[in-house]
Amino acid sequence: MTDISMDGIAGTSARARRDIGLKRRYAAERRFRLYGVLAISVGLVFLAIMLVSIVSKGYTAFWQTTVTLPITFDAKVIDPSGKRATDPNVLIRANYPKLAENALIAKLGIDPGDKATVRKLKGFLSDGARAQLRTLVMADPSIIGTTRNVDILAAANIDSAFKGQIDLSVDESRRKVSDQQVAWMKQLAADGSLAEHFNKGLFTFGASSRPETSGMGVAIIGSLYMMGIVLLLALPIGVAASIYLEEFARKSRFTDLIEVNINNLAAVPSIVFGLLGLSVFINFLGLPRSASLVGGLVLTLMTLPTIIIATRAALAAVPPSIRSAALGLGASKMQMVFQHILPLAAPGILTGTIIGLARALGETAPLLLIGMVAFVADYPSTPLQPATALPVQIYMWANEAERAFVERMSGAIIILLVFLMAMNITAIVLRRRFERRW
Amino acid sequence: MTRYFLTASAAAIALAASAGYAAARDQIQIAGSSTVLPYAKIVAENFGETYTNFKTPVVESGGSGAGIKEFCKGVGENTIDIANSSRKIKEDEIKSCADAGVKDVQEVKIGYDGIVFATDINGPDWALTPADIYTAMAAQIVVDGKLVANPNTKWNQVNPNLPDWDIAAYIPGEKHGTREVFEEKLMTEGCKSTGALDAIKAAGQDDKVAGKTCVAVRKDGKAIDIDGDYTETLARIASNKTGVGVFGLSFYENNADKLKVATVEGIVPSTETIAKGEYPVSRPLYFYVKKAHLGVVPGLKEYVDFFLDDQMVGPESPLAEYGLVAAPDAERQQQRDDFDAGKTM
Repeated sequence: MTDISMDGIAGTSARARRDIGLKRRYAAERRFRLYGVLAISVGLVFLAIMLVSIVSKGYTAFWQTTVTLPITFDAKVIDPSGKRATDPNVLIRANYPKLAENALIAKLGIDPGDKATVRKLKGFLSDGARAQLRTLVMADPSIIGTTRNVDILAAANIDSAFKGQIDLSVDESRRKVSDQQVAWMKQLAADGSLAEHFNKGLFTFGASSRPETSGMGVAIIGSLYMMGIVLLLALPIGVAASIYLEEFARKSRFTDLIEVNINNLAAVPSIVFGLLGLSVFINFLGLPRSASLVGGLVLTLMTLPTIIIATRAALAAVPPSIRSAALGLGASKMQMVFQHILPLAAPGILTGTIIGLARALGETAPLLLIGMVAFVADYPSTPLQPATALPVQIYMWANEAERAFVERMSGAIIILLVFLMAMNITAIVLRRRFERRW
Repeated sequence: MTRYFLTASAAAIALAASAGYAAARDQIQIAGSSTVLPYAKIVAENFGETYTNFKTPVVESGGSGAGIKEFCKGVGENTIDIANSSRKIKEDEIKSCADAGVKDVQEVKIGYDGIVFATDINGPDWALTPADIYTAMAAQIVVDGKLVANPNTKWNQVNPNLPDWDIAAYIPGEKHGTREVFEEKLMTEGCKSTGALDAIKAAGQDDKVAGKTCVAVRKDGKAIDIDGDYTETLARIASNKTGVGVFGLSFYENNADKLKVATVEGIVPSTETIAKGEYPVSRPLYFYVKKAHLGVVPGLKEYVDFFLDDQMVGPESPLAEYGLVAAPDAERQQQRDDFDAGKTM
C-alpha cells in the first residue's frame, strides 16, 4: 500500500531525477568523444609524419642514374698478351673498368692523352662495371672485338648529384663531386645517355660497399627462408600444442603453470631469444653462424607463444553446442576436433599466425647475436649459408657514412612496410571472409 | 605421454644437429670493430670479385670487444676466422683466447685512422689543443692549485680564442674503441700539459688513481656519450648547431659539406698529416687471424694476402680513398713478411 502512495511521488521525482545533471552528463559524453577523436588524430599525425619523411627521403632510391655507353670490347685491353684461349684467368682478371673508361672518354670527346683530365673521370662510373662487363664477356666471349651499348651505373656521388641531393653551392673541395664531373654529367644528360632508370638492382644486388651496387636481394631471400622455416615449424607445433591444451589436457596445476609460462614468453624481449639461439643452436648443436636456419629457429621460438595464444582463443571461441552436437552424433573426440572445431577456428588461427609472422619479419635484435647482422654479398643457396634479413639491411645502411645510403635506407623501409602491409591486409581479408559470428 | 614428448624432442634435436654437421664452411667469417667494418667490406667485396672461385667473406659488425670475444670462443667451423679491432688486443683477451684453445693468433696492422673534432659547417673556425679539451671535458680540473669540479660552462672560458658557445661535446661512448684514443691522446695529454697531473699527484693520489682522475669525463651533461655510430653524432650536431662532435676521419671526409673540422695543435687532420705523424689524434687499426684456420677455411690465406696487397692498403688504394691512412712502406712490407712467416703473438 505504501507502494501506491509512493508511486505518484516516484513518477514525478523519477522524471526530476532523470533530468538531474542531464546537461552535465551530455557534456561529459561530448568531451569523452572529443578526447577519442583527439587521440586518433594525434596518432594519425605521427603516422603521417613518419610516412611522409620516409617516403620523401626514400622514393628516389627506386631510380638509379645509369650511363648508356657504346662499349668496345677491345681485345687489346681485355687480353693484351693473347692467351685467353689457354688461360681461363685472363678473362676473370682483365681490366674491364678500362673498357668503360675508354668508352666514356670517347663519348665526352676528351683527348685520351690529356692525363690530368682523364684522371678526373675516376669516380664517375661505378666500380660495379668490372663485374657487369666481366659477366657479359664470360657469358659470350665472342663479343670481344665488337661494340655494343651497355647501361653502366653511375657512381653513387654522381647519382646523388644528379638527383639534387648534394648541395652544389658549397665550395668544390668540400663535396664529393668536382665541378668538372658536374659539367660532364650535364653534358651526358643533355644528349640523353645519362638518365634515371628503374632501380632493379635494389631488389637483386646483395650487400655492397658501393651504394649504387648494393641491394636487398640477399636480405629478401634470407627473410623468405626464415619466414618459411617459422611457418613450417611454428604453425604445426603451435596449433598442436593449443589443441592439446585446450581440448584434451585436464585442467591441473601443471597446465596452469604452462599457460602462465606461455603468456610470459610472449612478452619476453626478443634479444633473449637471440641469446638462447646463440647458446643452443650455434654453440651446443653446432649449426653454422649467420645462417637463416638458425634465424628461422630463433624466430620460431619467438613466434610460438603468439600463435599458441591466438589459436587457443580461436578454439575457445567455437561455441560448446558444436562440440556437444558432434559428440552427441557419435563422433570421437578427435573427430570432433579435426572435423568441426578446427575448420571453424581456422580463420582466427591464420590471423594469429600471420600477425606473428609479421612481427618476426621485423625483428633485428635476436639476429644480432647469431651473426646475421653482417655484410653478406653472395646469395645463399640453402638456409645453411650466411644471409641477412630485411630489417637488418635497414640497420646496416643506417650506419653508413655515404650520403647515397640514406635514400637506400628509406627505400628499404618502404619495401619492408609494403611486405608488412601485405601480410596484415591478408590477415584482415581472411578474417572478414571466413569468420563466423554466433 | 612423457615418452612421446621425449622421443619427439630427441628426434628434433638429432635432425637439427645432423643438418649442422652436414655443411662444411666454405666462406670466411669476420666480426668486430665498426670502424674497421667499412674497410673490411671493401676488401671482402673486391676479394669476391677478383677470386671468383672463393665466396665473398661475411663481415659482421658489433664492436672490437664483441668481435674478439667471438674470436676467442675456440677453434673450429662454428667460430669466426678473423676479428677486426680498432685497438690492440688486450693481455687478458689473449689469455682467454689461449684458454679456449686459440693459441696461435696472427696480428695484422692495416693502417691508421684519424679522430677529428668537427662542428656545424656554418660555425667559426676552431683550433683546439689537448689542454683545451681536458679543461672543457674533465670531471675535475685544477683551479688555483686545488682539484675542483669542472666550473667551465662556455668554450671561451676554456680558451679565449674559442667562441662564446655553451659546452656541448658529443664524444664516443665507453664501449667504443675510439674512446680509448680520446682518453689517451687528448685527456691524458691535456692533463699533463695543463699541469693538472702534477697537482693531482701532489694532492696525494698515486699514479694509477691520478691517471684515472685525468681521463674521467664530466657527468653534468656537457659531455654527451654517443654509444651509436657517427651517424648519430652527425644528427646531434644537426639539431644543436653549437655542438662539437668527435668523428672518424673517413666519416668527416664523406660529410665535409655538413661539417667543419677543427685543427688540433694547429694541424688540419688529413691522411697526409696523419701519415706523417703530425696530427696527434690517430690510432692503428688491426685484424687478428686464427692460424689454425689457415689452410682449412678456403680462401683465408688469399684474403689476408689480398688485404695486405698495396692495391688494397697502399697510399693510392680504395681503402685510402675511403679514409684509411696507409702505413709507411716499410711497415706495410713488415706486415706482409710477418704474416707470410706465420709470426704469432
